[in-house]
Amino acid sequence: MKPGEIPRLHPHLRFQWEPAQEAYVLLYPEGMVKLNGSAGEILAVCNGERSVAEIIGLLTEKFPEAPDIETDIIDFLVTAHTNQWLVSD
Amino acid sequence: MTDRVGPPLWLLAELTYRCPLQCPYCSNPLDLQAGARELNTEEWLRILTEARELGAAQLGFSGGEPLVRQDLEDLVSHARGLGFYTNLITSGVGLSRERVSALKDAGLDHIQISFQSTDEELSELISGSGKAHAQKVAMARAVKEAGYPMVLNFVLHRHNIDQVPEIIALAESLSADYLELANTQYHGWALQNRDSLMPSRQQIEAAETAVNEWRQANPGGMKLFFVVPDYFEERPNPCMNGWGSMFLTVTPEGRALPCHSAAALPIDFPDLRTESVSQAWYESPGFNHYRGEDWMQEPCRQCPERDRDFGGCRCQAFALTGDAAAADPVCTLSPHRALIDEALIRAGSHRQRPPSPLLFRTLANSKDLIASSGGL
Ligand code: SF4
Ligand code: SF4
Repeated sequence: MKPGEIPRLHPHLRFQWEPAQEAYVLLYPEGMVKLNGSAGEILAVCNGERSVAEIIGLLTEKFPEAPDIETDIIDFLVTAHTNQWLVSD
Repeated sequence: MTDRVGPPLWLLAELTYRCPLQCPYCSNPLDLQAGARELNTEEWLRILTEARELGAAQLGFSGGEPLVRQDLEDLVSHARGLGFYTNLITSGVGLSRERVSALKDAGLDHIQISFQSTDEELSELISGSGKAHAQKVAMARAVKEAGYPMVLNFVLHRHNIDQVPEIIALAESLSADYLELANTQYHGWALQNRDSLMPSRQQIEAAETAVNEWRQANPGGMKLFFVVPDYFEERPNPCMNGWGSMFLTVTPEGRALPCHSAAALPIDFPDLRTESVSQAWYESPGFNHYRGEDWMQEPCRQCPERDRDFGGCRCQAFALTGDAAAADPVCTLSPHRALIDEALIRAGSHRQRPPSPLLFRTLANSKDLIASSGGL
């Protein structure tokens, strides 16, 4: 992941908060993934306008106590691209 | 047990059993007239609202052919407004470019078109319509052009499973995003036609090899789903991920079921014309019948694998053994496994005997079946 890359949700996916599951989920044709807390927080700020650097900045500010947050974010962004949850140009 | 029941997450809305086609593996009940008194628009809107409030997030509109409901666009737009992910499961017959875009405007998320075959001749033999195949291909293109994610579905059986390489090629040429190669599940109409539909083990293996080779050659390409039919396995599927644990089906007449085949079970299921979705899901005897483990018999009762497959499918246990609480006979630990093996032996030897005729899913055949069984 390069700091300038701008990840956005794959156009075939929907991302939303589900109160009944107390979690963010990804919805796609006949399927649903319930996201864990950190995955949900990261995807929630991937709005197709923020760069990787901005995403890291924003989340570091929001969760100052989290150790190694930068590595975790990058690892997740890489996995999310492999899963085709996120795409960047 | 009931105090730990989670909410329904998936809702399958069977809007109607009317359908212009007559597939002999149709998952609708044998008694098609059980769908004649369809819920009206208001009733569906209420059910969708209540199910969404409980937590359902995935919604499938199916049938029969859901497109015959003229209020489909209204139901879609209401559901989408509630936050459902909306799937339309259609044969493509009755679809038009205008309706594809009207549904898009209503907020539909996804259209799945089901095919019978890659060629017109076999498609006609199975569906009873000579025009259906060309219509499906045209509509698949229209769906893709409108920007929907496209899922093509083929129900596999002895007569089309050898076409898997051609099926993959057709799906690729239509730029499908997902291809579901769904082996026939032997309930209802498909069970009536089991000897005529069941492929041989060699056919399954050849199809699986073709799927794996394509996946290896096309990493990151269209997503292919292929599930080996349970008859060829040694353990049953974890049916519906557990009875009444996340799936809710509503029939055209408003009956709430834990799965679309459950209407065949000798159990009273709640009527959503008179009960709320919450009452049906959490409180009804029907939904609580096979929750948890208390209902289990040997060999499931003490089996270390019981929290993996929940004893398999209740509908299959009932249809084959006459006892809905028995272990799914697919399990090699079941005392009834011989019923499955006999069917497999007949399937393996089919090349030596004349093919038995298919019983098509028509209203006339439905009435005959119901009359000859003295009512189901
Ligand atoms: S399986 Fe065939 S007959 Fe049954 S509803 Fe679907 S298209 Fe109609
Ligand atoms: S005995 Fe029952 S619980 Fe055990 S594997 Fe077989 S079906 Fe599943």
